[in-house]
Amino acid sequence: MEQQTTQPSSPPPIQVVESVVIRFCGDSGDGMQLTGTEFTRASALALNDLATLPDFPAEIRAPAGTLFGVSGYQINFGSQDIYTPGDQPDVLVAMNPAAFKVNLPDLVPGGILIVNTGAFTAKNLELAGYPHNPLDEESLGQRYRLVKIDISKLTALALEDSGLGTKDAGRCKNFWALGLMFWMYQRETERELRSIQEKFAKKPELADANIRAFKAGYSYGENTEMFGQTFHVRPAKIAPGLYRNVTGNSATALGVVCAGQLANLPVFFGGYPITPASDILHELSNYLNYNVTTFQAEDEIAGVGSAIGASYSGSLGVTATSGPGISLKQEAIGLAVMLELPLVIINVQRGGPSTGLPTKTEQADLLQALYGRHGECPVPVLAAMTPSDCFHTVIEAARIATKYMTPVFMLSDGYLANGSEPWRVPEMSSLPKFPAAFRTDPDGYMVYGRDPETLARAWVRPGTPGLEHRIGGIEKHQQTGNISYDADNHHQMVKTRAAKVAGIAREAGELITCGPPEGDLLVVGWGSTYGAITQAVHTMQKEGRKVSSVHLRWLNPLNPRLGPYLKGFKRILVPEMNNGQLVRILRSEFLVDAEGLNKIQGKPFKVSELCHAIAERAPKVQN
Amino acid sequence: MSTTDNSTPLVKPALSRKDFVSNQEPRWCPGCGDYSILAQVQKVMPDFGIPREKIVFVSGIGCSSRFPYYMNTYGFHTIHGRAPTIATGIKVSRPDLTVWMATGDGDSLAIGGNHLIHILRRNVGIKIILFNNRIYGLTKGQYSPTSELGKKTKSTPGGSLDHPFSTLSVVIGAEGTFVARSIDTELQHLQAMLKRAGDHKGTALLEVYQNCPVFNDDAFVYITEKTNKADRVLYLEHGKPLVFGKDKNKGIRIGKNFTPEVVEVGEGPGQVPLSEIAVHDETVENPSYAFMLSRMEWPEFPVPIGVLRNVIRPAYEELVAAQKERMVATRGQGNVDKLLRSGETWVIEPEN
Ligand code: SF4
Repeated sequence: MEQQTTQPSSPPPIQVVESVVIRFCGDSGDGMQLTGTEFTRASALALNDLATLPDFPAEIRAPAGTLFGVSGYQINFGSQDIYTPGDQPDVLVAMNPAAFKVNLPDLVPGGILIVNTGAFTAKNLELAGYPHNPLDEESLGQRYRLVKIDISKLTALALEDSGLGTKDAGRCKNFWALGLMFWMYQRETERELRSIQEKFAKKPELADANIRAFKAGYSYGENTEMFGQTFHVRPAKIAPGLYRNVTGNSATALGVVCAGQLANLPVFFGGYPITPASDILHELSNYLNYNVTTFQAEDEIAGVGSAIGASYSGSLGVTATSGPGISLKQEAIGLAVMLELPLVIINVQRGGPSTGLPTKTEQADLLQALYGRHGECPVPVLAAMTPSDCFHTVIEAARIATKYMTPVFMLSDGYLANGSEPWRVPEMSSLPKFPAAFRTDPDGYMVYGRDPETLARAWVRPGTPGLEHRIGGIEKHQQTGNISYDADNHHQMVKTRAAKVAGIAREAGELITCGPPEGDLLVVGWGSTYGAITQAVHTMQKEGRKVSSVHLRWLNPLNPRLGPYLKGFKRILVPEMNNGQLVRILRSEFLVDAEGLNKIQGKPFKVSELCHAIAERAPKVQN
Repeated sequence: MSTTDNSTPLVKPALSRKDFVSNQEPRWCPGCGDYSILAQVQKVMPDFGIPREKIVFVSGIGCSSRFPYYMNTYGFHTIHGRAPTIATGIKVSRPDLTVWMATGDGDSLAIGGNHLIHILRRNVGIKIILFNNRIYGLTKGQYSPTSELGKKTKSTPGGSLDHPFSTLSVVIGAEGTFVARSIDTELQHLQAMLKRAGDHKGTALLEVYQNCPVFNDDAFVYITEKTNKADRVLYLEHGKPLVFGKDKNKGIRIGKNFTPEVVEVGEGPGQVPLSEIAVHDETVENPSYAFMLSRMEWPEFPVPIGVLRNVIRPAYEELVAAQKERMVATRGQGNVDKLLRSGETWVIEPEN
């Protein structure tokens, strides 16, 4: 907790803090996700900036009380810009021994540790693998601000005459904990009470019980004056507008729907279930009334194949996958390159190789997106930076795909896919339209004739009279599109396909930078590391270090402004959640001595890790 | 003349065979059975009354998959084994198009086996012509999934060890709704089968025995040679008894456990009366009968030619469209601004 000032005022004193990281954790049946999202909304309404990270168990139905069954929800909220869900929780709310065991190592030393002692039964201790009750250890209270509360019992007491059975009453303890946290951070309760009422509208007895539990938790804080103080996080400067929380996968699905509307095209999504991309398929399957068709194919190849077929027929063909799915799709992506048809390929990267770490995040598919096909096969590649940025990135991918008649990769990852952040919802009317143009004029039609500026060939929908033509994966004549094995023609076609993709650089726009254009160190990142890098660079700049960062949305083609920008710095550091991929590209493209900082643990960078790496390379400058 | 589900009223004068001939010179080997299949397809195309621009030919990879280049329609030569996936994307997104697919035994039963069974299971409205030459032609002569056991090829100098597929058994097992067979040299029959396939709703699969004179010459001569043909081929006709032979004196009687047997038809001693001979019914829902036919192979049996199975099941693209319509009916045409604002939202007011 970053302490700022202390404002002594009569009871209870309020401590103003700049930002706080809270993690709620418990058994997957304890309702921690709901607790987290409710607290998130209240923080958003208190005008705090924030970022969240849910952490679900990897097992589908883990047994209750076990270590695999632990579910968590972390929120970082503050009065300054918040870029990540936070490295380590300042406050840990642990609802059972398993959650306690799994999460305690992450709590900052001296952090607030709230435990539900009622769940520390002999059985639960055994399930968590504790021979003794860890709460009995004296050192615990020395290392953390330990708050032991029998939440189970207090909840039961609050619901004594509610008529609910013990089992249902026990389910309300997450709202008790939520009430307590509302008191600690002095959150507005009115809206919360309304929200509980709305959520449980169909079961008024549950709504009533949860409200009672919530109020009991709140009063507990007030009456016992747990810490003799409460905390206040001042409002951040947040742009006015309508907000919602959005995960990366959800933003991607919404982006696909919008892209179809902006392009004035029906959307066809072909996919195959795979973690962590499946939610995109699920969500889109609910949007069929938005001129969307979804197709759950028999395999990854059929997913992309059907999307190509739909693109050929005049739809916006989209496919999404992860890990091994991308390897399987590559041949078909090569076909789309050869045919010069629009296609959006969403890759929610996960730990590899092979099955790897399906539920963990990684950025190790960059080189595969760039070079993973046989032959000379360039594809534009864009990467999303934050969960809500997935929305804009996938729209941009669709715009490029249809304008340049090319498949486009949109890279997301497991961290973006499941992470969420508040998102100021755009108006459709504020998003630029890019209506697709189909050729209908048979006069002078050449199948591989090109637009002189974009080098795109014309998109012709089957059904158009007079434009019947044949295309395929065999090399074709550079005008007629007929099969051609001519040596010079092939040379020319390879060069042309490359030039078309290279020319997309004109779309790249301004670089996304943080800090002055020169200094001791430039941190170059791409994708989901944006939040951590930006936060770290801000922190290090405040310490008086000459460090800046640039974040790449475009991985192919690279932003033409990047080369000159790199020259302004003595050193270049490239943090990536892989074994060094962008760093190779920078070294080979720009002949700079870029250095990699690699983390391949299935987890995002911590801000502290990046700060440390920056501090080692950029000295504090006295001014 | 029959019309298809996708037929649109003709505005232009009726088309002729020549209208379907593209400007590309076919590049198959001289004498290849593919020429005949191409010619028959071009011949029957005008009969459907569908304008050229509404027709798409899709193919995979292999000799037969060059087919789309020679049709003056829309054409899409895809990648090895994947034609069903691309054809599915076309048909589902554009049910107004008539989609044909040309494929071979290697393309659709080896590398593309998975896609073939799933397009059949879904019953996507694609008309598939499966050129079965029982060999890999384009890669110059390796055995294929339909090559007979023990086949000696470049990759199997000691004879192939793989038990072959019966194409149509696979197709029936995969829930095919229209299952037929013809032969490249049987021009009239092939034309009739193409027309039947073209008229079918859902996936139509027509297997055509096709001679590859270069790598597997005379693979089907045992049933195509004039002198023996009548005794070795069973022409299937709906509602007619399963009789064959030069003198129409042999028939198929179905015994216990759907086991067919060849019997002599007649009233004399040792002969079986016509009333006991199975009558062909291509519309039986239960696939066992069609499956039985698909297992019949010379020399034990005559080889069935014609429509083995023809049942009605909704086409996939129709189901997709109907489901979409239902969603529009219950929820209304989607409003994206509303969608973006769905779920839990909050408003940050401008500071005064
Ligand atoms: S190799 Fe055989 S199948 Fe292929 S074109 Fe030549 S003859 Fe026909």
